[in-house]
Amino acid sequence: MPPLAGDRSGRFLRRTALGAWLTLATLLEGCRSELMNPQGPVGSDEKTILLNALGVMLVIVVPTILATLLFAWWFRASNKRARYRPTFAYSGRIELVTWSIPILVVLFLGGLTWVSSHTLDPAQPLSGKTPAVNVQVVSLDWKWLFIYPDQGVASVNALVVPAGAPIHLALTSSGVMNTFFVPQLGGMVYTMNGMAEDLYLQADHPGVFAGRSAHFSGDGFSDMHFDVRAVTAAAFAAWAEQTRRAGPVLDAASYATLAKQTRNVTPFTYRDVGPDLFEQIVERRLAPGPGPGPDRAGQAQPGLGS
Amino acid sequence: MSAIDSAAPFDPYRLGRGGDGDLGQAGGPAPKRVIVAYGFWIFLLSDIVMFSAFFASYAVLAGATAHGPTGRQIFDLGEVAAETACLLLSSFSCGMAAVATGARNKTAFYLAMIVTFVLGAIFITLEVREFIGLIEAGDGPSRSAFLSAFFALVGCHGAHVSAGLLWLLTMIAQVYAKGFRAEMLRRILCFNLFWHALDIIWVAVFTVVYLLAGRP
Amino acid sequence: MLGKLNWAALPLDEPIPLVASAMVICVIIGVLVLAVMKGWVPYLWREWITSVDHKRIGVMYCVLALVMLLRGFTDALMMRSQQVLAFHAAGYLPPSHYDQIFSAHGTIMIFFVAMPFVIGLMNFVIPLQLGVRDVAFPTLNSVSFWLTAVGALLTNISLFVGEFAKTGWLPYPPLSELTYSPGVGVDYWLWSLQISGIGTLLSGVNLVVTILKMRAPGMSYLRMPMFCWTALASNLLVVAAFPILTATSAMLILDRYLGFHFFTNEAGGNAVMFMNLIWAWGHPEVYILILPAFGVFSEVISTFSGKPLFGYRSMVMATMAICVLAFMVWLHHFFTMGAGGDVNAFFGIMTMVIAVPTGVKVYNWLFTLFGGRIRYTSPVLWSIGFMVTFVIGGMTGVLMAVPPADFVLHNSLFLIAHFHNVIIGGVLFGVFAGYTYWFPKAFGFRLDERWGKAAFWLWLIGFYVAFMPLYVLGFLGMTRRMQHYDVAAWRPWLLVAAAGALLILAGIGCQIAQLAVSIKNRHKLQDLTGDPWDGRSLEWATASPPPAFNFAIMPDVRGEEPYWTMKQTAIARHQLREEAHYEAIEAPRNTSTGIIAAFFATLIGFAMIWHIWWMVALGLAGAFATFVAFAWREQSEITIPAAEVAAIDRANRAARSMALSQMTRSPQ
Repeated sequence: MPPLAGDRSGRFLRRTALGAWLTLATLLEGCRSELMNPQGPVGSDEKTILLNALGVMLVIVVPTILATLLFAWWFRASNKRARYRPTFAYSGRIELVTWSIPILVVLFLGGLTWVSSHTLDPAQPLSGKTPAVNVQVVSLDWKWLFIYPDQGVASVNALVVPAGAPIHLALTSSGVMNTFFVPQLGGMVYTMNGMAEDLYLQADHPGVFAGRSAHFSGDGFSDMHFDVRAVTAAAFAAWAEQTRRAGPVLDAASYATLAKQTRNVTPFTYRDVGPDLFEQIVERRLAPGPGPGPDRAGQAQPGLGS
Repeated sequence: MSAIDSAAPFDPYRLGRGGDGDLGQAGGPAPKRVIVAYGFWIFLLSDIVMFSAFFASYAVLAGATAHGPTGRQIFDLGEVAAETACLLLSSFSCGMAAVATGARNKTAFYLAMIVTFVLGAIFITLEVREFIGLIEAGDGPSRSAFLSAFFALVGCHGAHVSAGLLWLLTMIAQVYAKGFRAEMLRRILCFNLFWHALDIIWVAVFTVVYLLAGRP
Repeated sequence: MLGKLNWAALPLDEPIPLVASAMVICVIIGVLVLAVMKGWVPYLWREWITSVDHKRIGVMYCVLALVMLLRGFTDALMMRSQQVLAFHAAGYLPPSHYDQIFSAHGTIMIFFVAMPFVIGLMNFVIPLQLGVRDVAFPTLNSVSFWLTAVGALLTNISLFVGEFAKTGWLPYPPLSELTYSPGVGVDYWLWSLQISGIGTLLSGVNLVVTILKMRAPGMSYLRMPMFCWTALASNLLVVAAFPILTATSAMLILDRYLGFHFFTNEAGGNAVMFMNLIWAWGHPEVYILILPAFGVFSEVISTFSGKPLFGYRSMVMATMAICVLAFMVWLHHFFTMGAGGDVNAFFGIMTMVIAVPTGVKVYNWLFTLFGGRIRYTSPVLWSIGFMVTFVIGGMTGVLMAVPPADFVLHNSLFLIAHFHNVIIGGVLFGVFAGYTYWFPKAFGFRLDERWGKAAFWLWLIGFYVAFMPLYVLGFLGMTRRMQHYDVAAWRPWLLVAAAGALLILAGIGCQIAQLAVSIKNRHKLQDLTGDPWDGRSLEWATASPPPAFNFAIMPDVRGEEPYWTMKQTAIARHQLREEAHYEAIEAPRNTSTGIIAAFFATLIGFAMIWHIWWMVALGLAGAFATFVAFAWREQSEITIPAAEVAAIDRANRAARSMALSQMTRSPQ
């Protein structure tokens, strides 16, 4: 048997250093990220859970990695100081510890999971005395429609909300699945045709936050982003009033036009919304959005002969 | 390589039995007949998993009638009873074919297999008639999700029965050409397992689909 | 006449697929011409294409995987480069093309790289480790391989005839329904996987029966090598999970072809049901991939530490626990569906529970290293790299198993980083370790170690440079599958990720060089005795490569690690065991059933995709005829005469005797 030993201690030091540097760089950048700088209570709570879970696991993972590297280096064949134990293949005590550690970690994380899954369920209303602002969200190909049932207006690809108030979002889709996601405000939920999902979010302070779809929905998916503008309550009322003054009306006919596939849609608003439009979409009284269809210019459909 | 005669038993995992000179619990690879039957059983179990997926989708979609007919409105339990009788009897005749195989009686084997074929063919005919009737009445699988799930589940079983009928004819031809050789016996065993399994699945199908549809 | 097929199906107006197709076709034709001119065809037909020998079939699976790795990795390079270029720009890949590339990348890597690689290793090794002559159903084994190859073929045909799916690697409805995907792309996906899925399922049945019913005399369950246990768990999962994929794909086929309403938006269809069904298959699938890799690491770490595997019994328990739990976690793939706190919490907790046996395995490998004398071959480097990398990937997985954390991480590049972390760090490192470890057994010579180590370091460093930035990007809010973007903060990280991809490319280059150099130097790297690594399990008791019948006499197993015991006894007595009495051996006959069935399967698949119904009927008739022709054959076995068996075995015994006499007693 050809001996294939060799001192690799230098390699380990190099590898450990590289790994440490990458981890540090990752962590530092992560600190400045959207998820680590939430602007609302939902996002804050989710960040706390994330960091707690990560911390607990790092307590186990980091020593495990270090032990791996240590054992791998110390017990290399060229190290004559290491004791060779060729029959050491069983130890009840070690087994007890190695089963216990993961079990205890999982028990803790499991408890954390149970509690947080309930308190942070998207459909769970937020605590607080301010009444929620209702927004109905419809994902279309490839833009977002936001209906304000209480204000009687609608907006495409721009979501204006009052800061400091909970937003109750009811989400559905005109056709294919999407996901409503505003990283700095927290939690996401799928939008699905024929169903209405509930999501509660809140922006604590005025600001502009990026939102997008986080579930691939076709060729125009990359353009499905929208801005969330959190403004003061007065500014919000003013915006609603101004929107009611000009712009098209959203009814069954204009919805059907909107539902056709378009990309890169500039934000615009509707001054009036037909009654129960959202419910009609959810209950499929309004037809789901059409797909590409044979007359769609510019989309090659190879092989679609007769 | 003959038996190891090491002096000290090598028992690194402290199982307590290593090197004690016995043959453990295994006497070597199982005989071919056992291996073939076992393998076919495992294949049948995988087929049952596939049917489970169709059963699950049926359960989910049973209420999605899209303003179309419900099961109660379209199912004819009399026909289902006739289909069931055919299939159960065909299982019996298939068993008779196995007995004939055991007795190496070709004539009885052919007879039993032909009876099985006829009963199976009647089953398929009745089922196809039911399907065609529904489609012509506008209640085909594209009418609603419930009907899609119904046609797929019952149709999947029917497709298996049809494939089984094709296999049955092949088996008759094979026994005619080659007699009751060892590999024929293994194949007849597999065919029997397949046919009986289809029967069991049919019991599940008519319970879940037809009998439970009777409930309001 | 030809269904939907017409000249518009060829990418004559799209330069990238056109050039790619032309290159691939040229390479294929070049290889075929070379084979014909050099007279290799009869040899290839006789020894490989029609072979039912598990060793040959295992090698062919691995070759398929390695070739498809090049295709899948090319897709990856294109994705990375597109994302580097497409900041406030369109990049060079229009959305319809980019969508096909990321869908093909995932499909190919999972189904035609990872699956064939692990199945190939299991095929090759298991009968040898169990001390038997072949798997339970050798001809079925050949059919399984060829059906898998057909799936790969159909997926690649989509590059130049038609298009591939544009839905991602799992075609979620309603996007994959006819309304939103009217082209043939999703159909290519469906038929490629239906056909190869049948192959995989049959392979699973084959290996389960082999492990449970065919072991050498005396090899009880707790005397099997760890690799066989993990292979058993993996194949049990195949048998239980792949039928779900078959059924779900069939439902989508019925929707698309016959207007059914399983998952449509109209008439009561339920798209969420697809998600549940597909992930009920999909989660066991990832355990199907990782369990054999775990087995490889158990073998490699134990062999090169010079110790038995630590905690064998708890490893067995952990493996079977993973096997069962794999079916109880699937909803963690769609926590954001809004199933509610109870459901989400249950599946989150179950996902963490499955991390327990996995963690236990890591500790058992750790304590196998402890007290060992570790020889640093490249399989060991892959194993240590795995232990560090996989633990990080597992941690990020458990992190996302907490539903509120998943609510901000779902579908982001954090998710992408996680699953590449565990698949590359786990599955790919495992198959590379296995490939290097068992290569000498398969071919009689070792792989060059210098190139192998270079490949390892480039892969390891390349992996971290390519995927750690993706964790950051997930935190920066970047979603997956974006063809272009306008967030400046993302760009630098995408650049670093692209650099990492190039490092991995260099690693792959080293692996290609390794193979070429090793073949050139095969006489210097020759494995004379059949035991190049001082192995512990029965595959090392055979010659390299083993004869067709594997073992001249089936070994009589009296304890754990039987080959190790045999060896220590021989060393102690300074001589091999006495020669046994040789008898003639019956071996299964080669057959062209596999490749002919594959031909008809290709016909059926292609015709189904393009709605050429007469060709479908022809293919079905041909497949049935093939089955009948096979069933009708008179001779199913050949006999290897005792004298030939004796000659082959004596040659190996001579080589081992020589090595024994040259050996000193001091261990390395």
